[in-house]
Amino acid sequence: MPDNDNEALRTISVVRHYRLGRSTICAVDGVSLAAKRGEFIALLGASGSGKSTLLNLLAGLDRADSGVIVVEGQNLATLSSLELAHYRRHTVGMVFQSFNLVPNMTLYENVELPMRLAEVRRRERKARAREALEKVGLSERMKHRPSEMSGGEQQRAALARALVNEPKVLLADEPTGNLDSKTGTEIMDLIRGLNRSLPMTVIMVTHERPLAERYADRMIFLGDGRVLEETKSKMGAAK
Amino acid sequence: MKLYDMVELAGRNLREAGLRNSLTTLGIGVGVASLVAMLSLGIGLQLLFRRELGRSSLFDSVYVTSRQDFRQRRVGDNRPTRPLDDGARKSFEKLAGVLEVYPNFAAVGEFRFDDSKTTDAQSHFTVLTGLPPSSRNSEAFDDIQGHFFSGPDAAEAVLMVDFARELLGLPEETDSDKKLGSEQANQLLGKTLVLRYAEREAPSLTGNEPANAPANDNTAADNLAFNVVRKEQALKIVGIVVQEPVRGIPRTGRSSVFLPIAFAESLNMIQPGDLRNVVRPAEGKTYQALIVRVAKSKDVAAVEEEVKKQGFGAFSLLDASRNVRIVFVFLDLFLGIFGSLALVVASLGIVNTLVMAILERRREIGIMKALGASDRDVKQIFFVEACTMGVLGGALGVGLGWLIGRVINFGTNLYLQRQLEAKPQEFWYVPLWLVVGAMIFSLLVSWFAGIYPASRAAKLDPVQALRHE
Repeated sequence: MPDNDNEALRTISVVRHYRLGRSTICAVDGVSLAAKRGEFIALLGASGSGKSTLLNLLAGLDRADSGVIVVEGQNLATLSSLELAHYRRHTVGMVFQSFNLVPNMTLYENVELPMRLAEVRRRERKARAREALEKVGLSERMKHRPSEMSGGEQQRAALARALVNEPKVLLADEPTGNLDSKTGTEIMDLIRGLNRSLPMTVIMVTHERPLAERYADRMIFLGDGRVLEETKSKMGAAK
Repeated sequence: MKLYDMVELAGRNLREAGLRNSLTTLGIGVGVASLVAMLSLGIGLQLLFRRELGRSSLFDSVYVTSRQDFRQRRVGDNRPTRPLDDGARKSFEKLAGVLEVYPNFAAVGEFRFDDSKTTDAQSHFTVLTGLPPSSRNSEAFDDIQGHFFSGPDAAEAVLMVDFARELLGLPEETDSDKKLGSEQANQLLGKTLVLRYAEREAPSLTGNEPANAPANDNTAADNLAFNVVRKEQALKIVGIVVQEPVRGIPRTGRSSVFLPIAFAESLNMIQPGDLRNVVRPAEGKTYQALIVRVAKSKDVAAVEEEVKKQGFGAFSLLDASRNVRIVFVFLDLFLGIFGSLALVVASLGIVNTLVMAILERRREIGIMKALGASDRDVKQIFFVEACTMGVLGGALGVGLGWLIGRVINFGTNLYLQRQLEAKPQEFWYVPLWLVVGAMIFSLLVSWFAGIYPASRAAKLDPVQALRHE
């Protein structure tokens, strides 16, 4: 169990397997790792290595079959479904490869959505959504729908939405996967900036090693659901 | 999530698939309309029936007889009996809820109409009946030619139309409901009709008493012996009616002439049953039957019971009315069930629409869950969507049902007026409780229809829902 005050999250021997017909696939197979507050960790691995499954477990979208996941002092296995929803609302923020903005809502409404779920007052919601969109440089496009925007802009909006409830941990699943390299860099600069300024712990899944080396403090390599290697990136080493 | 946020989100979702949701809501509306239309027909008919019967005073009267009559006396029945006399009449008048007490007055008389044109007026034998002031409300007087009695003891008469025709020497009409022409009516109205009858005269010991003593002055001794003398009384014809004003129960056969009851009583006419009273001592005048009219039909049972306790025979149509009410309850029930069927079918539309919405909004539900929506939040959004369709459909349906009712009511009345020359009636009645009840029912049905889609949406696995396409 984590006893370090500076620890943002820790997993101990986390296992998650799926049934596929008659066979069982072990997507995460005894992963143990820890992250300090404000740390930027990149989870790397080939497709099917279990990195996205691990991220979903950390996000509280999925439950582990065994093992312990503690994020900001909360043992996810012991939380009820309602408490887990509360955890997703307040402790973690998520960005996805495919942005996952609600297409029939404007940017403002998308950013406002997590605050509706968190029962934030209407007036406060307005101010906070505006502020979050300003942070990602989209305050002028609040009334636009996602379909009217570029991929980079959509991901920035998704980032604003992830941050609006002021989570302690940002979980990013291939945030640059659908973006060209220039836009990807912009997004990563933004995430890195937030990680430094707030400070906010970031766990990012990616398969682009150069990106991880450039932005993350630490890189954790996964393969077949296990931790293969853990190295400090150049950025981390320079710290 | 707060309710207003939920309603806002649900409203947005409903607008997104506007056409589909509008059609589903319209379906609910048609279902509610059929329910409202069916039930308002049942209620309307029931009210019409009650109104007509209420006016006929059939259901708010107790028919009282003396149990001293041999017909009512059973072997082994040792309950105390009392004569049906003025004392009894006064005691009935004091009972709670009693509007009026009057004798079931009917007698045979000979009438001569002297219109000064015919020197030798023809004589007509017929039954005359006394009417209490309350019978003015009878529907028979709605289209009276002339007017109702000017007072309870006026020497006035109202005639049935066929008797009026007989008096004028007109041929019999096959349609007995046909009114007289105004000219013919004017030949009678305001004119004098002479009634010749047998009076029950108090025994004249000295031979100097006034021949026409008031009825109330009769003493017990009068009943022991009386003279029967022939009398004549001039009556002013004030009205002609087509329909017989039913005075209560039982109907005394077809009467042709109606007199104010107080006046009719004062004539002291010989009535059937008078001979029986000769051998039976009583306090004042005795009656063959009294009709006790109560203000509200719900009091009938209590009054009937009280009259029986006092030692009289009592009868009312309350039991019959109760059966009629039961028939209407069943009628309403069946109409309600048939009406609800359409709503149930429409509720399947809600299930269908929302299940489709889950498929379409799968990813959106996943996103909401990733952002912190609980299963309950997702479930409630779907419930609010279902209930919104229910409430809107309910409101639409109530309006539509009302409109259908008005149109059919109008059409039926048009038909009745053209074909049967009947008065327009309200067959349709939409009470407030039906409006509110139909809306609530629609809401409940929609909520029920929302259970399956809402649970299915709530159970959606966010990881599956968010999986890359």
